[in-house]
Amino acid sequence: MKTTADLLKIGDVALVTNFDVDKIPFKLLEMGCLPGNEIKVLQIAPFGDPIYFDVNNGSHLAIRKETARDIEVEILTTKVD
Amino acid sequence: MQNINVALIGNPNVGKTSVFNELTGLNQQVGNYPGITVDKKIGFCKLPNNAKANVIDLPGTYSLNASSVDENVVIELLLNKNDKLYPDVAIVVTDVENLKRNLLLFTQIKDLEIPTILVINMIDRMSRKGISLDITFLEEKLKTKIVLVSTRKKIGIENLKKAIVEYKSIPTEPCLNASSIDIEYFEKLKKTFPNQLLYKLWLVITQDVNFSNIERNEVRNSFTKSNNELKRLQQKETIKRYQFINETLKKGLTIDQSKATDLHSKLDKILTHKIFGYLIFFGILFLIFQSIFDWSSVPMDFIDSSFADLSTYAKENLPKGVFTDLISEGIIPGIGGIVIFIPQIAVLFLFVSVLEESGYMSRVVFLMDKIMRKFGLSGKSVVPLISGTACSIPAIMGTRNIENWKERLITILVTPFITCSARLPVYAILIALIIPEKRILGIFSLQGLSLMSLYLLGFFMAIFSAFILNKVLKFKSKSYFVVEMPHYKIPLPKNIGITVIEKTKSFVFGAGKIILALSIILWFLGSHGPGKDFKNAQQIVEKQVYASDIPINPSVIPDRVSEYKLEHSYIGTLGKFVEPVIKPLGYDWKIGVAVISSFAAREVFVGTLATIYSVGSHSDEETTIKHQMKAEVREDGTPTFSFATGASLLIFYAFAMQCISTLAIVRKETSSWKWPIIQLVFMSGLAYISALLTYQFLK
Repeated sequence: MKTTADLLKIGDVALVTNFDVDKIPFKLLEMGCLPGNEIKVLQIAPFGDPIYFDVNNGSHLAIRKETARDIEVEILTTKVD
Repeated sequence: MQNINVALIGNPNVGKTSVFNELTGLNQQVGNYPGITVDKKIGFCKLPNNAKANVIDLPGTYSLNASSVDENVVIELLLNKNDKLYPDVAIVVTDVENLKRNLLLFTQIKDLEIPTILVINMIDRMSRKGISLDITFLEEKLKTKIVLVSTRKKIGIENLKKAIVEYKSIPTEPCLNASSIDIEYFEKLKKTFPNQLLYKLWLVITQDVNFSNIERNEVRNSFTKSNNELKRLQQKETIKRYQFINETLKKGLTIDQSKATDLHSKLDKILTHKIFGYLIFFGILFLIFQSIFDWSSVPMDFIDSSFADLSTYAKENLPKGVFTDLISEGIIPGIGGIVIFIPQIAVLFLFVSVLEESGYMSRVVFLMDKIMRKFGLSGKSVVPLISGTACSIPAIMGTRNIENWKERLITILVTPFITCSARLPVYAILIALIIPEKRILGIFSLQGLSLMSLYLLGFFMAIFSAFILNKVLKFKSKSYFVVEMPHYKIPLPKNIGITVIEKTKSFVFGAGKIILALSIILWFLGSHGPGKDFKNAQQIVEKQVYASDIPINPSVIPDRVSEYKLEHSYIGTLGKFVEPVIKPLGYDWKIGVAVISSFAAREVFVGTLATIYSVGSHSDEETTIKHQMKAEVREDGTPTFSFATGASLLIFYAFAMQCISTLAIVRKETSSWKWPIIQLVFMSGLAYISALLTYQFLK
């Protein structure tokens, strides 16, 4: 299912499909958040923002919701409660 | 044999500094890179076969695409072959749990064709995480020498030293061909600059860094591409590197998930919990302040009385004269005023570095970001605001990792409101004078609570000013925010120890120079004076005493003379000059002098009063500063440090911008005089008005 990274829930695993280089900090790319790599939501901060991801299996980082909105992803597995 | 130059490079949080400490022990020097305030750490290391090495610990960086002054330092050194620290061998330190991401930087360094050793650190965690490595395969694929290290368990350091000695046998060829991202473009580059490394040229084109030996204009002019195109190429480059790394690690690194324990995510769940997360954070803050208020007071009292004793000893045992006066009345109280800080500063630095090293600080950033944003700050502002309780200067430098300029600027502007350790001695002594030594409910000391409320006052003023600034400042900048959430680690005592010692040392010596110089100047100004009044003090006082109708014990004459002299000395004249301005705040001219001299640095306040009072008293018996202040009276016989005056001073020091070094660092970090001047005017104005209201209301 296609969506954006800010809409993922804790435990969701998704594949990064596309994003706009001009809107995303380059540091995020360097940390492995690139098209073709997997991201997983580990935690969401109180009040729903920022979001804490595991990127490319091992790179742990947090970004704000508005940045996550610019990352297009495809959900691979979603956690069933 | 010449020393081998070794450069330590790595991402933040990989234990690079631990490797540096293991290699060099306490054999290290911390300096500054010329013109910028980035720590330059160089250490010295003995190697097998009588070889020796100079090890330089470069600032942590995620890649060679620099986005801060700290990161520029790395590129500038690696591209400048003429630099006397240009590395013979580079060591890229990586964390076994983060190898994938750490290797990005490694592949870039390799492209510079410097002999590079790959250190894989924290191997003690491998079995717990079910990780196994195929070293032979990795060495071949990455074209490097790999050394497995655990600084925690002291494994692999000897192997690393051996590898450094044998650096000439390490292959220098790159491990991937980055130029394939745009073949045509790189072909042309190569033709024009046949003697230069392609990757080096690429960095010169893309990075905004000072290069010395490559003429960047020449390179750039003939190879213009729009910034947008360059950015796309950089993205392509990064993707290509990751493809190579992912492929390599697919074979070289296996993780057996069934063996992996997952303490990390359990801790995350608690520490970033919407209720427990905040409770734990505030609990830790409370613990920090408790330790500053209460536990540091024992060594501080000891230092205070020791210096008073030393001063008396010097006075009694050195030959009488001007020089002895300078030592006992100027230098010793001046130094005492610095040394007394050490316990509190050390405790603060201890807590801050434990919180950072353990990885907890990133969780606080994560937890606080949304709340801080309401005030125009970033979650990352929490770290400067906490370390600002030690000193604003490192705190303001610590704002460099805040990506958004507006959030960063606001953090810089409000950080000096946070109660730094320089305010502590001022607070401590004033509170001791005006607040009774009582306990509420048998546990909370009233003095401790007063101190705590001053901290809170500073904190709320910082947040409040941030709120206002957020409304006033009109900047449009993108809200970038990326924070790494490192693995939890138990901090290494050696690392913590070295950090605490280094930071305390640089603070004490930095502030110490100013305080010492000022106390000597003050002593001179206090014991010399213009005009006849100062010179003929003895006769004038005697005349006054004998002329009055009330019989006076002749034994008080020497004290009266000293006081008269002080009043007519240079410093007294200056104090009297400003008295009309500060009188409405409840200060006399002596306090005025202390306030003026502490514009250079707040902590000078106590030392100044100490110098003034010991110059002003004739008696040989030296007492502590506190006793002297308590004994001071106004003309009408009431104590100088009444509750109203003391409270007014406390408020003044809570808000006033009295630190030249902070202003200098703000000027450097914002590259303009505008912001430090605004800061100075706003804070001092606020301090004056608040102190005025406090005194007038309480008196």
